[in-house]
Amino acid sequence: MSSIPYILEERPDTGLNNSRLGIWIFIASEIMLFGGLFSAYVFLRFAAPEGDFDYWGSKLNVPMATFNTVMLITSSVTMIMSWASLRMKQFDKYKMYLGLTILCGLGFLVVKYIEYTSKFHHGIFPSSSTFMGIYFTLTGLHVLHILGGLFVLIYFWSPVGKRMYDEDPALLANRIEITGLYWHFVDLVWIFLFPILYLL
Amino acid sequence: MMVMRYQLAYPETPIPIVGWFFAESGGIMLPENYNTLGAMHGTIMIFLGVVPLAVGAFGNYLVPLQIGAPDMAFPKLNASSYWSYFIGGVIMLASFFTPEGAARSGWTSYPPLSIFESGQTMWLCGMIFLITSSLLGSMNIIVTIVQLRAPGLTWYKLPFFIWTQLITSFLLVLAFPPLEAASILQLMDRVAGTSFFLPSGLVYAGNAVEAYGSGSPLLWQHLFWFLAHPEVYVLILPAIGIVGEIIANNTRKPLWGYKSMIYAISFLGFMSFIVWAHHMFLTGMGQTMSAFFQLTTMIISIPSVVVLTAFFLSLWGGSIRFNTPMLFALSFLPMFGIGGLTGLPLGVAASDIFLHDTYYVIGHFHYVVAPGTLFALFAGIYYWFPKVTGKKLHEGLGKLHFWPSLLFMNGVFMPMFIQGLAGLSRRMYDGGTQYAHASDILQWNEFMTISAFCLGAAQIPFILNIFMTLASKATGERNPWDSTTIEWSAPSPPLPHVNFDEEVQVYHGPYEYSVPGKDKDFCPQTVK
Amino acid sequence: MSEKTDITVEEHLEIQHHVKTYINVFVALLVLTFVTVAVSYLEVSFIEAFFLAVTIATVKGSLVLGFFMHLITEKQAVIWILVSTLIAFMILMFLPLVSMTDHTNIW
Repeated sequence: MSSIPYILEERPDTGLNNSRLGIWIFIASEIMLFGGLFSAYVFLRFAAPEGDFDYWGSKLNVPMATFNTVMLITSSVTMIMSWASLRMKQFDKYKMYLGLTILCGLGFLVVKYIEYTSKFHHGIFPSSSTFMGIYFTLTGLHVLHILGGLFVLIYFWSPVGKRMYDEDPALLANRIEITGLYWHFVDLVWIFLFPILYLL
Repeated sequence: MMVMRYQLAYPETPIPIVGWFFAESGGIMLPENYNTLGAMHGTIMIFLGVVPLAVGAFGNYLVPLQIGAPDMAFPKLNASSYWSYFIGGVIMLASFFTPEGAARSGWTSYPPLSIFESGQTMWLCGMIFLITSSLLGSMNIIVTIVQLRAPGLTWYKLPFFIWTQLITSFLLVLAFPPLEAASILQLMDRVAGTSFFLPSGLVYAGNAVEAYGSGSPLLWQHLFWFLAHPEVYVLILPAIGIVGEIIANNTRKPLWGYKSMIYAISFLGFMSFIVWAHHMFLTGMGQTMSAFFQLTTMIISIPSVVVLTAFFLSLWGGSIRFNTPMLFALSFLPMFGIGGLTGLPLGVAASDIFLHDTYYVIGHFHYVVAPGTLFALFAGIYYWFPKVTGKKLHEGLGKLHFWPSLLFMNGVFMPMFIQGLAGLSRRMYDGGTQYAHASDILQWNEFMTISAFCLGAAQIPFILNIFMTLASKATGERNPWDSTTIEWSAPSPPLPHVNFDEEVQVYHGPYEYSVPGKDKDFCPQTVK
Repeated sequence: MSEKTDITVEEHLEIQHHVKTYINVFVALLVLTFVTVAVSYLEVSFIEAFFLAVTIATVKGSLVLGFFMHLITEKQAVIWILVSTLIAFMILMFLPLVSMTDHTNIW
């Protein structure tokens, strides 16, 4: 057992445990990362000729993206339900909800794969225009974040999760809470990405 | 750097010793070689040198010790931050050996040049790893400082060094990611044929560029400098922290204006986010924005003055001990003063129009980082060496290192102001021999090069000192400097994974020196 | 199965109350998603469309941040970090743009 305090228990004066503070700082840095790309989007839109972004934007598939938005929102709910179940000591429900979260995440990836390949099939690549460039970069980076999150979720859904639950349920609950915060953030990014890229 | 200085002093002549590297040109350095050295010198010094040393090494090592914690909050994250730095470093250094060569578009990597020039792809990949390393490390530092302070260690009892590390880490967390985003965009421009930074109708080397266009080179500049300006405060803040600790210790007095300094550096941290376009005064900016950035830049000079004044006032009435760490810390004050003052004409848009991209700029930032930060880091090494190893560095060799270093630092960088004011541009491979307006200031180049080689020689006592001291027998003395801060109550070296061998309880502030009524002239934080 | 102290009835009820909130937020988010898409068909200027889209997205985002990420009950330290981040984000969004519009027309 490590000698580092406040891994799980909250420090009295700050009211936080280390990992919750840590993940929020990480999320802050991610906000700035996507912020840099959003700032690039705004800049490029103003730098492009009139109507350029509207033209290229119209080539995107709104129904697919709406479906994806619903998938991610659902995955956020199942994520929080999985954490709530864990805290209520209902391990089977935790695993079910976590599994649903993973499925929604995978579904998102499948739809994105279909979207991307259909673009490539029509000869549309990141180099086709600055809009397409920023579209692929923003959504691509988002996809990488979903992938990273999925790795972690699958790790906790695997037998490792059961072992952790048996040894130290509080630790597992903490880990799931932290993973959940990251996953909700990834959903949050998409909530802004969707209207800005697909609808404007 | 020595090779670059040789080239500037004696352009178009074969470079001795390493001339074989430029075999195709008969040992003479070509412009692209010079540009490579220039770009990589900047990159390596900042991202592989100062930031890892000041934040990664001094920060990660000393923060837990100074707050009485057993370790950093996230040990595995700490390791991953180091290995990310290692991989980034390997990529950066390996780039020298690729057929393309290393980056040569300046450490600023401005497009369109950086999109077409060789070597930038590996530079960008390396930067992504280095940025990630800094991000992970700074997250760790913030959580450690907030959560792992020992019982009794409230915010205004923290050593000044901890405050500087905290603000530095916040700057890193918020400012670095946009550069990571921009690096990804530039990588896409180079590798995926996008044109984020390429305007329409661009012609490069006589050929029309085949890209979509409608991008903007200024977008890169904005994103780059949004980081790179807070980055310079990242370079100086840990140094200021180290100097503060050493001055308090060697004047046997508390730091003057401790709270003012904390408010000053917090204000500095905030302001550093809204000054960046003073690097872009020559991009055709309108008058309103020029005035805005000029104003914020002038304002941001105030906190540094507060800190420097507080340090000077800390000396007043002190019983000053002139040991090697103190000599370096003391020399920081006038050197950083010169660096800071020479920044003022650069912050004023009107004078910057003349001085931008001249040697004046090089003189300014080297004064702050070289006899500024680097001297503070030397001071820190001499000061904390006994804690890390249980052995004190030799004082005589330390002074032999210090005095020539101080002299020759000024020899290298002071003439740059003269050259810059005469209008000599930077980043020219021959130092400016082709320009008539440079003819009467070029003789300084030889003087500066000789100073540079002497400066290099002055480091030999330091290196010898390190090896000799490491080979000597450890005294294991806990507190050779009679200091008050918590790290000095740990064993020397500290115990693995727990640092301290006794419970840490803090009773009072960090600089209880010369307290009336006590039998010793210092009272450690952990002692009632 | 190792022995685990079961949670108290109060804790159980508290979490179930939270679960109700989560479901409500989920429904709200779905509704707002469809509102976002519907609104995009309105014939408005770009600025108005941008403002509408960002406002609705901000409302959705606030629901996720507030309830799923528990910011409603989070501690001062975290709130302050996020406020600073938001300020830095706004600076990054707007200052480059403002300085471009103030330009002597070179892109």
